Formats: sequence, C-alpha cells, structure tokens
Amino acid sequence: MLRASVIVFPGSNCDRDVKTALERITGFPVKMVWHGDASVPASDLIVLPGGFSYGDYLRCGAMAAHSPIMRDVIAKAKAGTPVLGICNGFQILCESGLLPGVLMRNASLRFICRDVYLKVETDKTFFTNTYRAGEVIRVPIAHAEGNYFADAETLDRLEGEGQVVFRYCDKDGSVSAETSPNGAQRNIAGIADPTGRILGMMPHPERLYEDPLGGTDGRRIFESALVSAVAAMA
Amino acid sequence: MQDTVTDTQTAKITPEIVAAHGLKPDEYQRLLKILGREPRLTELGIFSVMWSEHCSYKSSRVWLKTLPTSGAKVIQGPGENAGVVDLGDGDAAIFKMESHNHPSYIEPYQGAATGVGGIMRDVFTMGARPIANLNALRFGDPSHPKTRHLVSGVVSGIGGYGNCVGVPTIGGEVNFDAGYNGNILVNAMCVGLAKTDKIFYSAAKGVGLPVVYVGSKTGRDGIHGATMASAEFDDKSEEKRPTVQVGDPFTEKLLIEACLEMMASDAIIAIQDMGAAGLTSSTSEMADKGGVGITLDLDHVPQREEGMTAYEMMLSESQERMLMILKPGREPEAEAIFKKWGLDFAVIGITTDTGRMIVMHKGEVEADLPVPVLANSAPMYERPWFAHVPPQPVLPQWVKAPNGNLDALKTMFASPALCSRRWVWEQYDHMVMGDTIGRPGGDAGVVRIHGTKKGLAVTCDVTPRYVAADPEMGTKQAVVETWRNLTAVGADPIAITDNMNFGNPERPEIMGQFVGSVRGMAEACRVLDYPVVSGNVSLYNETNGVGIPPTPAIGGVGLIPDVAHMADIRLKREGDLLVVLGREQGWLGQSLYQQIICEKLEGAPPPVDLADEIKAGRLVRALIREGKVSAVHDISDGGLLVAIAEMALASGEKGSGLGVELFAYEGKLPVHAIWFGEDQGRYVVSVDPARAEEVIERARLLALPARIVGRTGGNAIVLKGEPELPLPELAEINESWLPKYMAGEL
Repeated sequence: MLRASVIVFPGSNCDRDVKTALERITGFPVKMVWHGDASVPASDLIVLPGGFSYGDYLRCGAMAAHSPIMRDVIAKAKAGTPVLGICNGFQILCESGLLPGVLMRNASLRFICRDVYLKVETDKTFFTNTYRAGEVIRVPIAHAEGNYFADAETLDRLEGEGQVVFRYCDKDGSVSAETSPNGAQRNIAGIADPTGRILGMMPHPERLYEDPLGGTDGRRIFESALVSAVAAMA
Repeated sequence: MQDTVTDTQTAKITPEIVAAHGLKPDEYQRLLKILGREPRLTELGIFSVMWSEHCSYKSSRVWLKTLPTSGAKVIQGPGENAGVVDLGDGDAAIFKMESHNHPSYIEPYQGAATGVGGIMRDVFTMGARPIANLNALRFGDPSHPKTRHLVSGVVSGIGGYGNCVGVPTIGGEVNFDAGYNGNILVNAMCVGLAKTDKIFYSAAKGVGLPVVYVGSKTGRDGIHGATMASAEFDDKSEEKRPTVQVGDPFTEKLLIEACLEMMASDAIIAIQDMGAAGLTSSTSEMADKGGVGITLDLDHVPQREEGMTAYEMMLSESQERMLMILKPGREPEAEAIFKKWGLDFAVIGITTDTGRMIVMHKGEVEADLPVPVLANSAPMYERPWFAHVPPQPVLPQWVKAPNGNLDALKTMFASPALCSRRWVWEQYDHMVMGDTIGRPGGDAGVVRIHGTKKGLAVTCDVTPRYVAADPEMGTKQAVVETWRNLTAVGADPIAITDNMNFGNPERPEIMGQFVGSVRGMAEACRVLDYPVVSGNVSLYNETNGVGIPPTPAIGGVGLIPDVAHMADIRLKREGDLLVVLGREQGWLGQSLYQQIICEKLEGAPPPVDLADEIKAGRLVRALIREGKVSAVHDISDGGLLVAIAEMALASGEKGSGLGVELFAYEGKLPVHAIWFGEDQGRYVVSVDPARAEEVIERARLLALPARIVGRTGGNAIVLKGEPELPLPELAEINESWLPKYMAGEL
C-alpha cells in the first residue's frame, strides 16, 4: 500500500505525468492536492511535481514555497513524511528550506531537454534503495534553471553525510565538468535531507519508466518508494 | 491612428486615416456603400481588421475553396477554429497550423511565443487538450546580420511558451535561405485530443444569452496586428514593434485547465479564442455563425490600462483571452471555475435578435453594425495571375560527379541545410505529458494517446526550392512528404493542415505561385484521400518588393493503431540488409547535392507519382505492422546516402552506433545520382537477411522497384574505393555547425 499525494500548483505541468507513473508502477491510486488547500491528506509520499508553479515569476519555486499547502507539506516533511521534489519540485524544496542550496540558470542560459546519465551516489535513501550505489542510469532533464549551487561548506557537508544522491556523469559513470549539462556544483543532480526521506532532483524519472518511452531507469525511484513505504509499515 | 485620435465619437474620417487602416480607397468606398453612411472611428477600425487579408482571406478564398476538405474521418473541416478528425473509439484529433511571421521578424521572442499560444488556443477552444506542438521555421542566410539574433529569439520564444504550458514540442523544420532575409517564417502547429461527443464550436445560437469574457485583461498591445500582418515590410518596419503582442504562458496554462474544467459541464453553448482582431473578430464571427446579434458593453471588459477607448478595446490583440456564450443562469458556476484558476471573468454582453453588433462604451454607442455584413462583406478578389512555366528537367549525366561520394556526404552534413537540429529541439521540452514515444530527429514525432495503445504521428514539411521551381509539383511533393513521414513511423495518414506563406498577391507572378500551389495540394490530397481540414494563409511576406520563396508548409497527422507496431529510423541489428523501396531515377535537379556541391540550383524538381506513393506507402505500413522491418526512413533532402547516414547516426549517440557497408551500384545511372538523387516515393528499410527476399518480392508484385543497397555493421560508412567514414567523425561534423554558428564561432 502506498498513499501518495501530488501537489498541484497553478502552472504545475508534470502533475499528471507523475501521477500516471506512480499509479502504473505501484498500482495504488494517487491523490491530487490543490495548492490552496490547508492540508495534505495522510500520505506515505508527497510529490512536488515539475512545471512552472505560479509561472516561475519572481524566482523558480519561490512563490510556491509560500503557498498555503506548503505550510502543511513542510510540517509533515519535518515529521517524517517522505517528500519527492522533481525539477520545479526540487526548486520548491530549496526555496522552502527543506533542502539546502539553490538552483540557478543553466550555465548555457538555455532550456535543455535531453536524456542525461546519472551516477547513483547512495542507495541508502527512501527513493534509491532498489538501485545500487555507483550504478549509472539514464533519465531525462528538462529545465532552464537546474544549476545547483551551495557554498563550499554546505557542499562538503552534503558529501560527508551522504546526501548527494545523483550526479551528472557520462555513460561510463565518469563525472567531470563536461558531463554536467547545466553547470551544477560538483555535478549535483539530486540531494536528500539527512534522513533520506526528502529527495530533490532535477531529472524527471516519471518520463522514463517503461520501454515504449525509450527507457526504464526512472522506474526504480517509485519502486524504491513503494518498498520503503511498505517496510515502514511492517 | 489610435494615438492621434482620442475622441472616437467625433473624429472625422480623412483619407489619411483610411489609408492608415490599410484600406484601399475603393475598399473604403465599398464600406460607405454598405453602411449607407460614414463610419464612426471605432467602426472603421472594426471593418479594417475584418477586411484585412489576415482575417478575410480576400485574395486566397476563391482558390482555397477548390481544396478537398471532406472525407470519412473528417468531423470538421476548415471554417472553425481548427480542423477535427476521427481517431476511432470516441477520440478526435483537433489541429491547425498558423503563421506568426511578421511579428516574429520584428520581435522574435514574443512573436514566436504568441504564435505558439495562439495556435494552442485555437485547439483547446474546441474542447481538446493540446498534446503536441510542431513548428516550421525559415530564416535568412546564416551570414545575414540578423539571422543569428532571429534564430535565437524565435527558438527561445517557442520553448519559453510551450515548455511552460507543458505541451511537448515534438517536431518541425528549420531552414536557412537568403530568400527569407527580410521575412522569416514562423509557422506553429498544435494537435489536441478531444472526445468526439465533446467538441465545442463557435456558433452563438440563441437569444438572450450571456456573452462572457475570460482570461487575461485587455491592454493596448497588438492593436492592428492583423493589419500589420497584411502588409509588406519596408525599412521602417521596426516602428511596428508596438503592434506585436506579449505572451504569458502561465496564464495560458491556467486558461487551458479552466476551460477544460468548464467544458466538462454542459454550460457552454459556444466558445472562441480572441486571436487576430481580438474582440472584434470573435464577437462578429460567433454572432454570424449563430444567426444572432450581440450587444457589448465595454465598460465590463477587464482592462489592464486606464482610459482605454472603445476603439482600442475592440482592436486589442492582448493574448490569453477567450469569449464564451453560456446557457443563461450558468454564470455563477463558470465564474467559480475561472476565479479558482485566478483568471478574469466578466459578462460583457448579451446575444440579441436584432442581427446587429452594438458596441456600447460609457453610455455611448461606439458601433452599430449589421452582423452578416460585418462577417461576410469583405471584398473577395480574383487577383490576376501568371501560370508558372516549370523549368526543363536536368539529366543526371549533366551534373558533375563529386571527388568522392563520402566526401560529398561530409560536406552536405556539415552544411546549414543538413546539419543536426539538436541545438534547436533540445530547447523544447519534447517529453512533458509523458507520452512521447517518437522524439524529434526522426521522420515524424509520435505521442501516445494517453491511456491507450494508439499513437498519433505528426510532421510538417515543405521543400521551398522545389515549390519555387514548380509551385504545383513542389506543393504536391510537400503533401506526399508528410504522407511518407507518417507512413515511415507506421501511421495511417489521416489529414493535413496547411500554412501558405507567400509574397504580395497583388503581383501576378506571386498569385501564380499561390494558384499553382493550391492546385498541386488539391490533387495530392484528393488522390491520397488526405483532406485539408484547417489552415492559414500568410501573404505579403515581402520586403521592399522582394517576396519570399513560396512556402506552403504542410502539417500532417496520422494514427498508429497499436504503438507496439511502429518504426523509427535507428538501425538496430548488425547484419541487417538495407533495401530501397521505390523507383530510382537519379533526379538531381533542385537537389541539395546540386545546391551544396555544385553551388547552383536549376531544373525541374523531382516529379511525384501519386499512384506509386500509395503502393509504396501501403507496403511500408504492412511491413512495419508485420514486424518485418527493424528500421524505416523516408528518402528526402539529400537522397539515399544521406538517408542511410542519418539512420546510422541515429543508432547511437555521438556516432557510437551501427555503421553500414554499402554495395557497389551496377546500374546505368551515374553513381552520384544514385547516392544523392532526390527521387520521390522512396523509403530505406532495414530487414533481416532471411526476410529480404520476401520484401523484394512483395514490392515486385506491386510493380515497385526494390534493391538491396547495403548491410549494417561496424562503426563506419563504407563504400568500396573510398576511404571509410567513421561514424564518430560524421557525427561530429553533423552536430557542429548549428551550435558553433549560434555561439558566433562561424
């Protein structure tokens, strides 16, 4: 059993995609929760989907971070409810202080939509336990602001605590400036909180979860969540 | 005009004011006669946009009527916001292509962005959720000082809008030609999905019904945009910047969701977006189609700026606005939905039995016009035209051979004409909505119909150099090119939308291009049973008397019954044989080989044999559905060698995929004509050697030539007697030009 809720902000546009992927993969229905609501129903997983919440005017995710529903999302996240932020959702997690750092304009200053390779840095999170640490996976990105930035001290802490979850790499897993599509510090594509229950990632796992879409590497994010949620109930 | 006259009630209509509205003196006389009095200023403004070429199709309408627009799968042909075709199981595809050429040249980002927004509104206003966007872009010569800036602005404008709304951009075309130096083309196409029993139309049927305005507020932007789009450019075109609208994709996204939510109820009688000529055209068309009058009170129109006049409000082309006619009493539930999405909602008028459009503002009558006259009285011109005499064919023997065929391939792949468009389409979100199963870079883009096993294939194509040489044959070719591209992914082609981009129709040679083009399109569509269900005409693409190459962009839509049986261009298996299906004549006239390697462009374009096209198309679709081919590619620009090289490059990133060993040609034609000829009606298919004989035999039974041309394997293109061409080298060549050019390194 997995009770998942997807938050719908005005301007979210991957809300249906992630709902579809979750339902197809886990077999359990997903609730859509409107940004103006005061609370999220009891959930084993809250997803902040990709898109352009509030038009991404001001700064990406900045306005969403202050929407009514986010007060409850933040409270529930702090109380231990797992939260997955994808793309704009990652930006919202950073803007709302649930994850450190910020996502700046891509170094190229252009929107980039393409498959990238990611190195799974840890399998010790709620969302990556069915991957192997060190594994290379292929998942698409689609963003103009995915250039992860934090100060050196924060980056060192993230690395030290095993909170760096995904790094941009090449097909063979080597990580270098050339393999970063957006200029992210230390090639960071996704980070977690110290508990591993809050994950923010720029790539879109919901876009590659079955063969007709061209790949399945994104699937295990959701499978991991299901496995973790079931384990937590036991 | 609007800047100089503020009192719309008392303004005297001078010949200068008439001219500033783009009306010819004889057209103004026609207006006086129809009205039986002098128009008020607001009325003049209203008529000027309704009679503009952009809104009235006054030069093209007589010819457009000759196009085949009906068929077994057509639910709605031209005349509504977009065309509608039946996809079976209660599903319908709603689609259209439209130009935003003039504004994109003046302000590329906003011009292109609002083009995308406008075409999506045409589609969702009919009840469809947009599921795929495409665009056909033509820019000037790369060396022209404006080209880089225009490419950059247009591409980011298209991406900026479509990405935010969250509709995947899955296909299109980008070309460079000096003929577009002064007039670029930005044609945007949108395809949406609806239920056949939930399609919304624009006829305001019924009296006493509320006329409802939803979406963004009205501002002063875009006033006279339609009139600008109906005139040539000159050296002062920069001054037209204020007539370009500004887009807000966030509002568009909200508007889509709000409209679709609203449409789930039965409260809407009619709905139409406010596109060109804004409130004027939407109200008059809806009233006319419904056979009613409309009284508007502009005091209720949500306004972005203070002190707007009736004239400005009626002519504003502010974006992201819709007009709805509701069932009486349903306003509160509608208002609740639009307020929930943070959008403006206002009842601005009522339908009447007077047959008149009455526009009130601050208690004064600003316009009082008979609706049928307003909607249908635009002049219709049968403009004089010269028939175009096509040039003589060029025999393959007359075209010089290259030093090496693979060297020629490298040169062509490095050129702006054939280099990879990745730099462009990676700026478009082509995967949002989670159903993209045929990404850009192939013959056609494919999206799954959400929650089903069906796929929708879409493409847009035209080869302007063919059309310029022979408008009729060239346009026929454009139609069959879309038909083949759909076929090559395994789709049954259903119908097309067209975007006719031409120069000044008042010049008989331009009108002759248009007439030839329509004739070629009509014939191809009729024979292929591939009707035209929507379209757009953009004339006056001309600067200082020089017109663009005639560019009838064709957007094709097809259905894949089961996406388990589709094809793409990627070579997949080592040891497969490559078979060319279709007649090989070595046609080099108007070919890219001639243009790039011989640096000239002459002769007749390749002829199209529609009967052969049908045979080849049927065979290819059958082979795909039976799983007998592992890759398929239509042969078009650049010919056979280019097609094969594209299949090899697509098989792995950065040239890491499968190479091809090409077999020596032993026929009578010059070898370079075989590799680079642009004969129509052909496909390359990759087949298991054990099946090659069957494929060839099946072609033979259809009297269709088929020939084995190579075998997959290795990591290079290998041609006997020439140094082999490693795929990584070819990939590097192919991927370099556009990024380097855009970075200013070329």
